[in-house]
Amino acid sequence: MDISLIMFYVLGGLTALSALFVAFTKNIIYAAFALIMCLFFLAGVYIFLGADFIAIVQILVYVGGILVLLLFGVMLTNRLKGEKLVSATRSRFFGILLIAAVFLVLIKGVISANFVESEWMQQEMTAKAGLKGFGLNLMTEYVLAFELIGLLLLIALIGSVYIAGNRKEGLDAH
Amino acid sequence: MPINFLLFLGVILFCCGLYIVVARKNVIMVLIGIELMLNAANLNLITFSAFDSGELQGQVFTLFIITVAAAEAAVGLALVVKVYQYFKSSDLSDISDLKG
Repeated sequence: MDISLIMFYVLGGLTALSALFVAFTKNIIYAAFALIMCLFFLAGVYIFLGADFIAIVQILVYVGGILVLLLFGVMLTNRLKGEKLVSATRSRFFGILLIAAVFLVLIKGVISANFVESEWMQQEMTAKAGLKGFGLNLMTEYVLAFELIGLLLLIALIGSVYIAGNRKEGLDAH
Repeated sequence: MPINFLLFLGVILFCCGLYIVVARKNVIMVLIGIELMLNAANLNLITFSAFDSGELQGQVFTLFIITVAAAEAAVGLALVVKVYQYFKSSDLSDISDLKG
């Protein structure tokens, strides 16, 4: 068992542990930071899968962007008076029942699909850290989707600024 | 890399996200749960993309999902801020009026 496989398992286990921590902690700030840890370790797992660029994007977008957004959201939507920010839980029993059912179904599906035995899985993991191939693919075959996703992001960000911004009452009429 | 481990990891992430969305009262926590579920989907796409020699379709699709997730988080948090200003609460069980 070589060192990279051990690191891979450690990163995967840390991802699962931080996801469980997010699910079962009460404090919202702890949950936000544990989410970021989870996504960070997940980026490490992506590197082992030959997806270097996606790992970098994951760190940039989630750790750089979404964490800040989430923390701003927490600050703007809670009266901060020094006490802990606790999120109450409702219908915990049905929640656990539901996720136990979904968990069992998904695990059973994964086991019965039996990907390990399938033919295309026997070949080597061929996805090299091919940034060149990835970029060429993105700018030739998927260029329409790429441009559209940029447009979508622009519209969504302008729209969210418009929604959240404070508007003067007099300017709001027209 | 062992594929079943990665698929189980995706299942765990998805179930954690689903539990948060179903069982938490705070709106921000629900958004966190949605992010976790999106990342479970991303992990599965990248796992299968690793066995896709030339095309890297899963990675391309994951890039699009990350972008849409960022847009969704921005719009969702803007809506949450506005809803908080109206209802003075970010608790989902307080936000039950359709037209106030």
